Amino acid sequence: MNLLIKNGRVIDPSQGLDDVADVLVEAGLVKEIGKDLKASAGVETIDATGKYVVPGLVDMHVHLRDPGLEYKEDIVSGTRAAVAGGFTSLVCMPNTKPAIDNKTVASYIINKAATEGFCNVFPVGCITYGMGGERMAEMGELKEAGCVAVSDDGRPVANAELMRRALEYARGIGILVISHAEDLALVGEGVMNEGFTSTELGLKGIPRIAEDIATARDVMLAEYTNSPLHIAHVSTRGSVRIIREAKARGVKVTCETAPHYFTLTDDAVRGYDTNAKMNPPLREADDVAAIKEGLRDGTIDCIATDHAPHHLDEKDVEFNVAANGIIGLETSLPLSLKLVEDGILTINQLIEKMSFNPSKILGISRGSLRAGSVADLTVIDPSVEWTVDTETLASKSRNTPFAGWKMKGRAACTIRGGAVAFPRH
Amino acid sequence: MAEFKHRNIIALRDLTREDMELLLATAENMREINSRDIKKVPTLRGKTIINLFYEASTRTRTSFEIAAKRLSADTVNISPSTSSATKGETLADTALNLLAMKPDIIVMRHAVSGAHYHLAKKVSCSVVNAGDGAHEHPSQGLLDLLTIRDRFGRLDGLKVAIVGDIAHSRVARSDIQGLTKMGSHVFLAGPPTMMPPVVEKLGNVTVCATMREAIQDADVVIMLRIQQERQGKTLMPNAREYSRYFGLNPENLKLAKPGAMVMHPGPINRGVEMSSYVADGSQSHVLKQVENGVAVRMAMLYHVCGGELE
Ligand SMILES: [Zn+2]
Repeated sequence: MNLLIKNGRVIDPSQGLDDVADVLVEAGLVKEIGKDLKASAGVETIDATGKYVVPGLVDMHVHLRDPGLEYKEDIVSGTRAAVAGGFTSLVCMPNTKPAIDNKTVASYIINKAATEGFCNVFPVGCITYGMGGERMAEMGELKEAGCVAVSDDGRPVANAELMRRALEYARGIGILVISHAEDLALVGEGVMNEGFTSTELGLKGIPRIAEDIATARDVMLAEYTNSPLHIAHVSTRGSVRIIREAKARGVKVTCETAPHYFTLTDDAVRGYDTNAKMNPPLREADDVAAIKEGLRDGTIDCIATDHAPHHLDEKDVEFNVAANGIIGLETSLPLSLKLVEDGILTINQLIEKMSFNPSKILGISRGSLRAGSVADLTVIDPSVEWTVDTETLASKSRNTPFAGWKMKGRAACTIRGGAVAFPRH
Repeated sequence: MAEFKHRNIIALRDLTREDMELLLATAENMREINSRDIKKVPTLRGKTIINLFYEASTRTRTSFEIAAKRLSADTVNISPSTSSATKGETLADTALNLLAMKPDIIVMRHAVSGAHYHLAKKVSCSVVNAGDGAHEHPSQGLLDLLTIRDRFGRLDGLKVAIVGDIAHSRVARSDIQGLTKMGSHVFLAGPPTMMPPVVEKLGNVTVCATMREAIQDADVVIMLRIQQERQGKTLMPNAREYSRYFGLNPENLKLAKPGAMVMHPGPINRGVEMSSYVADGSQSHVLKQVENGVAVRMAMLYHVCGGELE
């Protein structure tokens, strides 16, 4: 099936393109971008007037819960949520059951995604066996099996010597290490950000320095070993500052944040709302401002969701025992478009952070509309207003603090490999 | 008299000064009942109150039970084992099962801050908080207010020192909410490891560097209970050192105003938070607090039931 996407505002940071044009897709690849392209016989036409046509969005931090925890989400429901949110590629974290610490699990995910999924899925393997923090996993084999990075996400690698060796070893193999930066001793029994809100609610706090110290340690290890490092879900002003300074020194560090960290503060926890419980926790206004500044000045390279589905029973409980995490695939794009509306990012910079940069950092051949590229595209309607209704989400889980929020902008059509993977009717 | 508009009493943070005035005024009326030969009125006859205590607390539970019985309510005490949650029964399950027995009020003590808000969303009866995690203990807060008002005839313009583990204390939070809303100035002292961040923002609250500074010229000194299990962990070296810097004794009590009140939510670790000379001395109002506890709890049960004194 060939496609002609007419009259959209085509935005492709990979080639500095931002112009109203047509995009012709043939045999699953981008054939041509130009004015007044003509459709030949058998070409389906999509009218993108008033819409953005961008390289398919890439979410480099997702928990698909498959294998092992399919009651929360699985590869089918997760990728369906992804395309509904405008994502053509997902990078899934290894804290499945069993964990992605061997070729078999990685292959299972890749095969199931290829046969039943709605978008591309690139798995992340473990840094250590079973995420146990004791022995390095077989990173070479994981890479051969198709993993695009290694991470023990959900847990930090507590042992600094092991983290050092993992960075060195991964550099040799050519696989990226993604750090979940958290000092567990400082987290203690904390369940939300430590600050005035935790004081008033009487909830145990997680201090910012639990993240800052771990970020600093891993950045220093990356610098010492001259290895690339990516810091996941940055949430504090301290982490932003540490990463900014490291980048200025030439350390090969990149990072991501998530929409909730530039949208919400820990005030969202008031009322003991477990849908505002996540790790790292929602921080304070100063942190939100620092995250936005980090996005603006390029310190923060990517916007990922940290999509973390949980069953209702794991959230509809007392705050202390509730599971950490929120879903994010279907709210990420509108929350991020708000950054453009607020003048923090240009639309080009936003697309860079949601497609081009994650592709580049992970070394996957996505995030570009250059002729000959895989035709993964997202058509975005930037002006449509809608309300988040948890009943209509494609994800299996409903754990979002944005239920009932009024949003502006969303994916109108998601095209994967030249075929329409999601049309919004 | 003003009307009490709350179905639940979970936190003094949720109550206005007027709400608290009303509860205190009612408690004073209740106190009269407690001094009669026959300490029972039919006010809550036919009402069922469940005392659901996930944490053991003989004092608070007994106080609530006596309060309920003096108002002629029927009471049931339930102490689920703390492990029941890990066995799969959630608080919500327990609550719905209890609700099927049609109670009018559930009085709950729970180790998790905010658990009562979770419970209140699940049940249609009234919920009264008998202490939740490190959040609030509103009946203790109110009985402290009543005890202080008994002595001074007012609550505004007083200097009240609260000394000890503020961070983990639900009593401290309820006292701060109650006292500052009523016009008192609260001074806090304790090891910085036990001081929660930005606590000043809770109201008219000053954090002091030393205990001396907090109790200097205080009208009231409230000593908090130290959890023995925190000793030797990261919050303090040991009880001996704690008592040396944060214990109340006849010497440092002289810094407070002459005749200043000494209070403690109990049970006291004698020789740690305060010496027995202070605990049993003329300035101690500890037993007065216990006595007022029954009256305050009667007032709380009465008002959440929306009943009227005949
Ligand atoms: Zn993580």
